[in-house]
Amino acid sequence: MVALSALAIGGASIYLLIRYAFEGTVYFAAPSSAIDLAMVAIELGLALFIIYMGAKFKNYLAIVLAVVQAALVVYLEMTFSGSLHAVNNLFIDQFSIIMALIIGIIGSLIAVYAVRYMETYHRHHPEVRDRQTFFFFVIFAFLAAMFGLVFSNNLLWLFFFWEITTISSFLLIGYSETEEATKNAFRALVMNLLGGVAFVVAIILLVATEPTSGGIELSRVLTSPDTAVILIPAVLIGFAGITKAALMPFSSWLLGAMVAPTPVSALLHSSTMVKAGVYILVRFSPVFAGTFAGFSIGLVGGVTFLVASAIAISQSDAKSVLAYSTIANLGLIAACAGVGTYMLVWAAILLIVFHAVAKALLFLGTGVIEQRTGSRNIEDMEGLIVRMPKMAVMMFIGIAGMFLAPFGMLISKWAAIEAFVQVPFGLIFIAILAYGSAVTLFFWAKWMGKLVTVTRNTERVEKGFFEESWAPLYIITGLVIAAVLLFPVISSMLIEPYVLAIYGVTALMEQANVAIMLLMMALLLVLPVSFLLFKRTARHLPAYMGGRPATPDLHFAGSLGLTREAQTRNYYLTEYFGEAKLFRPGAAVCIVLILASWILAGVAL
Amino acid sequence: MNWLIGAVLFLILAPIAGGLIAGIDRKITARMQGRVGPPLLQPFYDVGKLFEKERAVVTTAQNFYVLAYLIFIALSGALFFAGGDLLLIVFAFTLAHVFLVLGAYAVHSPYSHIGAERELIQVMAYEPMIILAAVGFYMVSGSFYVTDIAATTVPAILYLPGVFLGFVVILTIKLRKSPFDISTSHHAHQEIVKGITTEFSGSTLAQVEIAHWYENVFLLGFVFLFFAWNPVIGIIAVAITYLAEIFVDNVTARARWQAAFKSGWLAAILGIVNLAILSYMMLGGA
Repeated sequence: MVALSALAIGGASIYLLIRYAFEGTVYFAAPSSAIDLAMVAIELGLALFIIYMGAKFKNYLAIVLAVVQAALVVYLEMTFSGSLHAVNNLFIDQFSIIMALIIGIIGSLIAVYAVRYMETYHRHHPEVRDRQTFFFFVIFAFLAAMFGLVFSNNLLWLFFFWEITTISSFLLIGYSETEEATKNAFRALVMNLLGGVAFVVAIILLVATEPTSGGIELSRVLTSPDTAVILIPAVLIGFAGITKAALMPFSSWLLGAMVAPTPVSALLHSSTMVKAGVYILVRFSPVFAGTFAGFSIGLVGGVTFLVASAIAISQSDAKSVLAYSTIANLGLIAACAGVGTYMLVWAAILLIVFHAVAKALLFLGTGVIEQRTGSRNIEDMEGLIVRMPKMAVMMFIGIAGMFLAPFGMLISKWAAIEAFVQVPFGLIFIAILAYGSAVTLFFWAKWMGKLVTVTRNTERVEKGFFEESWAPLYIITGLVIAAVLLFPVISSMLIEPYVLAIYGVTALMEQANVAIMLLMMALLLVLPVSFLLFKRTARHLPAYMGGRPATPDLHFAGSLGLTREAQTRNYYLTEYFGEAKLFRPGAAVCIVLILASWILAGVAL
Repeated sequence: MNWLIGAVLFLILAPIAGGLIAGIDRKITARMQGRVGPPLLQPFYDVGKLFEKERAVVTTAQNFYVLAYLIFIALSGALFFAGGDLLLIVFAFTLAHVFLVLGAYAVHSPYSHIGAERELIQVMAYEPMIILAAVGFYMVSGSFYVTDIAATTVPAILYLPGVFLGFVVILTIKLRKSPFDISTSHHAHQEIVKGITTEFSGSTLAQVEIAHWYENVFLLGFVFLFFAWNPVIGIIAVAITYLAEIFVDNVTARARWQAAFKSGWLAAILGIVNLAILSYMMLGGA
């Protein structure tokens, strides 16, 4: 069932691509009054549900926020009922198509993967109540909400789907019903509700200034000539984006979300939830462009990128490294969106695409490794190339996708550097990127190193894994590579027309450089053939162990005739990059910057 | 077709030039230490001999990573002399080093493991400065392409003195010179076991050495860009810079990795200050 639905969703996304890729922006009127009413009813129902859950688990902050939000929605419906009807409720353009492809393909592959994963999960965790039907219901509701979110032109609709994603992630994070899971689910809920409140306030402001701002129609708001009036709502919606994208100081909800089963993490980090946050930021970046408020939001992203990357060095839990890396990359996307020149928007969309693919692969891979070896600590992944060769190669490709030339994320970072050079005061972002890339390299490369370590006398544990689970992994691995080979096509077919339609100019990568990237990719694909050259006559020796007699599995003859074992461990440099050391200052700076963005937007009025 | 000639010439001539530079380096170093020193061509004899050694490995995979290291170092150098995009060249260069580090990880040996960690710290230390240097050239010449940067009539060094100084600091790391030769050293007195290259031998070690020659020529080309408006001054400046590196190499002892790391990042701050002043001048002055 899940596989079939996934196939249908993936197929439909590709159909969308073929049908609408060359049509520019298309609007759909879609009858609204009945749907509007249903949406308000569901929203109030969800508010009641949050109040019930909040009361049950004694989380009063959630109750307060839910009540405030519901009150604001009711106020909006009562006071402005006349101006809550958009001419066009739905639309589709190239950016929506890109998002739809990410949600439809990556999201549904994760759902397929989840089928086997959840079976194994319940076998490993008999204490967790088996609610798989519910689990898959929420996952598909989540995906549906994401589709709704990227196709909504009516901001009230967008907000409705926005809230559905908040609730879905709350339910999924709390799936195991342990104390920790419940606590972290509430943390995610509270932070996202905070963003939700800002979102409603933004809508109220827009509706109140409807003649100039464009009211609840996204397309009219974005092209509104009165930039000063829409800047405040834009910054508030940007704040909602910041909470959803887990930028600092809200990053802790995404880290807490690790307690959920791995497919949930993969979903939250790659194709849904946080991508909704950056989606809205990138949508509004034409409004942010050239304003100090936008620059300030960009800096929130920049600081998040730098601090989160640095903290990732000190983490040894694979999921935690992945989470910090997600936060960092979302920060980078927000930095591009906040500053918002045409080149940066181009780079930001590229980042969204490449990050979704590579991060999905890494999470799913970590899930497989954890179920197979019983640990997701990076130190325990030593010698994975011997124990699970297929998985190790896929992880290797995924990690390469995150930081190495000629893979995707690096292309985008490169584009971002070239774009920031041309922005006034862009130097501060250049500096952030320069240091940020250096630390990024450190934590990925040492993880890669652990994977490729050739250990001796270790057993292969890959076999016996369910066949179905491999297919999504293979497909996503293929996508990581295909994204590099096809990136000129993706760029010219989808991203460039979108940027062109908004800014009147577009960025693109120069032919010569594309050729060089493809050459490097080809080299990387061919190089493994060289293994054939080495097979011949080389003599195998144990590693050098200070001249002591040693065996290949790192045992050596110690003193007193004892055989001792040597072990190797990575550096975590906690004295420089520890979480305790960096998180608070980073969060403090980001809070100041967020407040600054509000004040600057107010001053501009 | 100029770019192709540049790339091919680099691929053929750089190992020869790099080997000769290594020979001169050893001669001068010997004189500084009051020794006669080996013949000028000694590095070539050494590498030639390595190719004749028995093939011995800890794991076959190590050969693969070292070969990839050599190929990508040569590629990034070739792109540089073909006049390509400086940022792309820097990224290809980083990719090459990641392969070397993976080679050292793959062998699963305590000594090369430490070497690999230290090499990564080195890469982390120099990466910000090298990116900032590329951005500095962009600000002066308006292009990231080496062709355009080399063709500017503006003396880049006058606009980028801080960037140059910062670059010289990380050059010490890149050339594997004291006090920052923390992952592996040319000098026997610095370490008993050879860090990241501990488990490489025979032709594999020879490839590491050749890659290092390629790398050095590329790096000196990078230094030349600061003085590219006048080739004569440029070549003299490159020679003086290299001599200064040899001098520093001989008068200092290996520092701890913390010192190397901090120096690299402080050098980058010097670069940032330089660029900030430059962009302020360009905003106000132009």
